[in-house]
Amino acid sequence: MSASSVTPRISQAWWVGPRDVLHAEWTKVRTVAGPGWLLIGAITLMAAVGAITANATRCPGGSCHIDPTKVSLTGIYLSQAVVAILAVTSFSGEYSTGMIRLTLTAIPRRWQVLSAKAVVTSAATLAAGLVAVAASLVVGRLLLYGHGITPAHGYEALSLGTGAVLRAAAGSVLYLVLIALLGLGVAAAVRDSATSIAVVLGLLYLFPIITSFVGNHDWQRHMNQISPMTAGLYITATTNLRSMPLTPWQGLGVLAAWAAGALLAGGVLLRLRDA
Amino acid sequence: MSVLTPYRSEISSQGDGFAQLLRAEWTKFRSVRGWVIGIVVGGLLIVGLGVLTSANSVCSTASVSPHNRHPAPRACPAPATGPGGGWVSDSYYFVRQPLAGNGTLTVRVTSLTGLYSNRGGIGRGPNPLAGMTPGVQPWSKAGIIIRASTARGSAYAAMMVTGSHGVRMQWNFTRDRAGIAWKVSAKSPRWLRLTRSGDVIRGYDSADGRRWTLVGTATLAGLRTTVQAGLFAASPGYTVTTTSVGTASAVGGPTLATATFDRLSERGTWPAGRWIGEDIQGRTDNALPASVQGFTEDAGQFKVSGSGDIAPANSDGPGQSSRTLGGAFAGLIAAVVIGVMFITAEYRRDMIRTTFTASPRRGRVLAAKAVVLASVTFVTSLIAVAITIPLGDHLLRANGNPIFPLPALTLLRIAVGTAALLAVAAVLALAVGTLLRRSAAAVTVVIAGIVLPYLLAVITGVLPVSAEEWLARVTPAAAFAIQQATPAYPQVDATYTPGTGYFPLAPWAGFAVLCAWAAVFVALAAVRLRRRDA
Repeated sequence: MSASSVTPRISQAWWVGPRDVLHAEWTKVRTVAGPGWLLIGAITLMAAVGAITANATRCPGGSCHIDPTKVSLTGIYLSQAVVAILAVTSFSGEYSTGMIRLTLTAIPRRWQVLSAKAVVTSAATLAAGLVAVAASLVVGRLLLYGHGITPAHGYEALSLGTGAVLRAAAGSVLYLVLIALLGLGVAAAVRDSATSIAVVLGLLYLFPIITSFVGNHDWQRHMNQISPMTAGLYITATTNLRSMPLTPWQGLGVLAAWAAGALLAGGVLLRLRDA
Repeated sequence: MSVLTPYRSEISSQGDGFAQLLRAEWTKFRSVRGWVIGIVVGGLLIVGLGVLTSANSVCSTASVSPHNRHPAPRACPAPATGPGGGWVSDSYYFVRQPLAGNGTLTVRVTSLTGLYSNRGGIGRGPNPLAGMTPGVQPWSKAGIIIRASTARGSAYAAMMVTGSHGVRMQWNFTRDRAGIAWKVSAKSPRWLRLTRSGDVIRGYDSADGRRWTLVGTATLAGLRTTVQAGLFAASPGYTVTTTSVGTASAVGGPTLATATFDRLSERGTWPAGRWIGEDIQGRTDNALPASVQGFTEDAGQFKVSGSGDIAPANSDGPGQSSRTLGGAFAGLIAAVVIGVMFITAEYRRDMIRTTFTASPRRGRVLAAKAVVLASVTFVTSLIAVAITIPLGDHLLRANGNPIFPLPALTLLRIAVGTAALLAVAAVLALAVGTLLRRSAAAVTVVIAGIVLPYLLAVITGVLPVSAEEWLARVTPAAAFAIQQATPAYPQVDATYTPGTGYFPLAPWAGFAVLCAWAAVFVALAAVRLRRRDA
């Protein structure tokens, strides 16, 4: 051994602040091809499914109960699954590659990791959601108006100038953000990507299916009130609001409660368990 | 020089057979704790959710009033059961007399008219017909009928004119044959004839009473010597369905049909010698009260007014046995996760290299995996379904729900079909996992391919009916047709859409759609597996 010793290079920033954590997480999202493709996929699928549905929506006899906003936003049923993949893999991907140990060595405060991931994933989803919702509404307006489903025939106008449509549009973007947070929380708790995504999609899709198998209206109503997808998507409705068991914002609140619960469970388990 | 003898294993090299591959894959499956737990959890979810939904499905006729908000439940009455075993509507007005032994009944029908309320429901006050509009329903029917007895659901054969489906011969509720087309009127009357010999009844129609055409031959098994025969009229409840996007809102109510008959002639032994009018009415059928039904006879001309229907009753509602299988969707998701992980875990742990070194023929590895996965999923879910159906039926019955009496073969098809559906879905998941190698994406693709179309087509009612039918025909969700309990009868006007539980494809055809998807993806996966480095 030679006498010369190697002095490790000490970074200038010896204290890791919230900005550095955010920066690190943003770098992870930015430098992998997956998230970008998933966001593009979410936008495309949302607009495409909305277009197909709007194109199939006809009312030859007039006086159908059509909610143009809801029809245009049908794609959200599919694009939420893509958003869920994005959120789940941002956590479970680190577990499957072992990256998580490096992350937690660099940032020992685990809550910070979870919060930073939540901020970055939400921001990415928010941006994609805005584009997706706007594209769906534009395509829906073109096709539905082309089929005579216009305000002149007594239907709700499909324009952001209408309060209800603006609420539905903004709410749908928030809905996607909350789905991302739900996925992140579940992935932090479950770790395995296949199981996490199955839990998220099971929560979303199974609730309404199981509800339909219960032959009791009181029970169906209660299950709809706590179902994350059914309650959350009340935000997309602009007509017939009285027939829903919750108001649109209450419904979104139910989904927010699910997301908060999942994040809390994920955060606690992240802190308590070995990585 | 020394010669080096390479080491050779003592174990004989016969490990390349397919049986050994199967054994290797089975060992992998059973030794991963998470997968075994996963498949068991899937089975438990099928049973648990089945019990949960059945235990909370209560059918009660007790009415809730302001001073009695929680009345004691009273079980819902079951509809009558026909000779074929299924539920039937059996309400009509019957002008009858007994026929002893063989004989023939012939009549001419000169008109068929009807009344219905275009506002829904029936008129208030003493006269239920007040405010009704003239109009005959497409399946309003009147004609001649031979019945084993007047008991509801008894065997019968009938020749009839209908509102807009021409002359028909119908027997034992589910059977229907077309005769002369077009509507009956005074200018173009219809002649109808039924001949009985033993338990075989033949129906004929004629436009002029001279040239007769055989419409159908019905065999009513075990028909006794004395039967009830005569004229009848019935008119099914109508519904005006405003089919908007998915959710159909319907107004409707009972209707009345009135037919005019003449030239009535009987051959054979008719011991009573006179006609008796009787309203046959079921408790669950959509029919007007007896007071507005009846018949008049005037110089050989009969006018018969009747309400109700003689037809199979559809079985939607919680009375179907497949209604206890909601948990199958949770079991399906578990099977999909395991199917995907069965291959992606090998890539993640680099086990795949060992697997392919041991067995270089990759297609056979995929086949072995598929066989093991399908068998395990099929057996587990069949056990779960076999527990759930009787248990769920028991709970439903205890909660006052009448249970649709399904033939044993249909029940077997629903049970085996559901288990097979889960098994094929797991194989599809395995193939998609092989193609994508990423478990989250693969699980999402398969769930979005099977569960989401079912959700959109059958449950939510957010799509137009044409889109619902397209989804239920083309996507892997078409396979849920295997759970459909009763067929869509053309002789009953009802809303036959996926949203009401009627799939556009026949049960096994729907299942074949899923199998085709699985076959295509397995083939793609096999090609990809060979071309790409592990």
